Amino acid sequence: MNAPQMSSQAPVTGSALLTNAVGLHARPSVKLTQLAKSFSSTISVSTDAAGPWVDAKSPVKIMRVKAPKGTTLYFEASGDDAQDAITALLDLVERRFDEVEGDDHG
Amino acid sequence: MAELRLAGRPASPGFAEGAVVRLVEQKSTRISTGDSQCEAHDLKQAIKDALASISSLADRAEGEAAEMLGFQVAMLEDDALAEAAFESITQGNSADHAWRKALDAEIETYRAADDEYFRARSADLEDIRDTVLDHLSGSHAAFSVPPGAIIAARDLAPSRFLSVDWSKGGAILLSEGSPTSHVAMLARARRVPMIVGLGEIPECASSVIIVDGALGQAVVSPREDTRASFLARQSADQELAVKAAAVETQPAVTKDGTSIAVMINIAGVDDLARLDPKICDGIGLVRTEFLFGEGPHLPDEETQYRAYRRMLEWAEARPVTIRTLDAGGDKPIAGLTLDGESNPFLGVRGVRLSLQRLDVFRVQIRALLRAAAHGTLKVMVPMITAPFELDTVRALFVEEYEALKAKYISAKMPLLGMMVEVPAAALAVSTFNADFFSIGSNDLVQYTTAAGRDIGAVASLADLRHPAVLKLIELVASHGRSSGRDVSLCGDAGGDSDLIPFLLRAGVRSVSAAPSLVGRAKLAIANFSFEKAGRA
Repeated sequence: MNAPQMSSQAPVTGSALLTNAVGLHARPSVKLTQLAKSFSSTISVSTDAAGPWVDAKSPVKIMRVKAPKGTTLYFEASGDDAQDAITALLDLVERRFDEVEGDDHG
Repeated sequence: MAELRLAGRPASPGFAEGAVVRLVEQKSTRISTGDSQCEAHDLKQAIKDALASISSLADRAEGEAAEMLGFQVAMLEDDALAEAAFESITQGNSADHAWRKALDAEIETYRAADDEYFRARSADLEDIRDTVLDHLSGSHAAFSVPPGAIIAARDLAPSRFLSVDWSKGGAILLSEGSPTSHVAMLARARRVPMIVGLGEIPECASSVIIVDGALGQAVVSPREDTRASFLARQSADQELAVKAAAVETQPAVTKDGTSIAVMINIAGVDDLARLDPKICDGIGLVRTEFLFGEGPHLPDEETQYRAYRRMLEWAEARPVTIRTLDAGGDKPIAGLTLDGESNPFLGVRGVRLSLQRLDVFRVQIRALLRAAAHGTLKVMVPMITAPFELDTVRALFVEEYEALKAKYISAKMPLLGMMVEVPAAALAVSTFNADFFSIGSNDLVQYTTAAGRDIGAVASLADLRHPAVLKLIELVASHGRSSGRDVSLCGDAGGDSDLIPFLLRAGVRSVSAAPSLVGRAKLAIANFSFEKAGRA
């Protein structure tokens, strides 16, 4: 996990490795978007530091990325609570979306 | 009507017996208003109604079902899903046409995904598509299935699964589908037997069907003896399951102390997802056809390499026996196997096809050579009939190995063995330059008895216990012992408790079975004694 970068103007960014068994899948995508929606900032996610970026509040767009296990997820947030949003999202990925590994996959 | 046996991929274990209810996909009967504003309004309303009905199902569901429906709700709530449909409506298309086209395009990206988990989500997107279409055409109340029914369909939407009353039993038979789909997950959780990949399910209105989910077998209009053995299996099942679970991770030893290797047969990386490698002495058969059937293209070297490598890593240091592509016969692959052969089982299948399609075969060989560096890999070649075939395959392996080495790509020559499934190969087993032998009992039985297992009328002739079949097995086992080469058996018989004593008596000391049958195979071995067999 890279520490979130803070500056007065630039968006806050961070990245984390997807280590849960099934990647950015149905359940993880829903959890990620629900968390993103709890912040007022604009939040984007990508599988490459150079983009393309997709709206982290859209499960449809996140599922279109089809990121498997082992992918690095990059986040970028702009807004009043950008710092908190990035911290929370990275934490969710690091916690493997609280999935029970070895269980059936949703 | 005569008994008819269907075989597919197990998705959820369990037994069922009953009448078949066939689900036919209905086409929408909605008539367009011809006005794009009305169409947009109707679609918006249908999405809203679909959301309400799925949400109410979700409220009543628990655990994984609730989470799965939660995913559908999240997708439907997201405006991005219908964006393309509303765009299409402004161009003059009707609501149902626009929605179907937009969702079909979305679904296609899931179907084409490399990862089976994402491919399996296409069923959820189809569910969303159809729920909205039902609301658009007002036919959302049409789906009803009597309790205890055995549903036959191409695929089954999770929301439809949840609308059925399973408390009276029942089962699911799908001609397509996937064991990793949400509906398979729901079926396992509810203990509803389910088989996928059955291919064409014949019209069998009003006939009785029996379903064995763990074996992936269904029998239409079973004969009295078939039904009796099914009922016996069903009642013994409960008791046995408890005992089998207790010995699953123990070594298999006969009553008089002979160790027997028990390995597993798999048909894909996802088969290993919930398995503990400790239950087996290795993987005795990997059917690589799974890699070739699912995407729109034949799999490239990297895709194959990754899949093989994951299996080797799962097995830790245990041997993993991967079979080269065994297409043809009853396993057609679009763009690869020949169409219209008068008798596909006696035609261009297995290694015969691979040697005709060297472009495809070399890709698989390179992937195998690279994967071999990550564990104990054994490669076996199906349908070998004459020694030159195996020699040709070996030469191809050496050639590709040298080419990889020249490019400094990590690779290793695996042990190269052959399937013994053609009687000619069994009789002349000592003439083959094979590092090991694996008896493919399914084909060996059907070629020796000239009786297809999938033809109900002659199925009783296709019996492993025929003395000719047992003699061939003995021949191969004894050649293995005298020449110091491993012999294993990887057909259905390897996991069949009734047949295991015959295999052991014929000299087989290593069997490979479906993972769900490992515990039972070990029990059958533990109950067997050579001394007793000799006296009998």
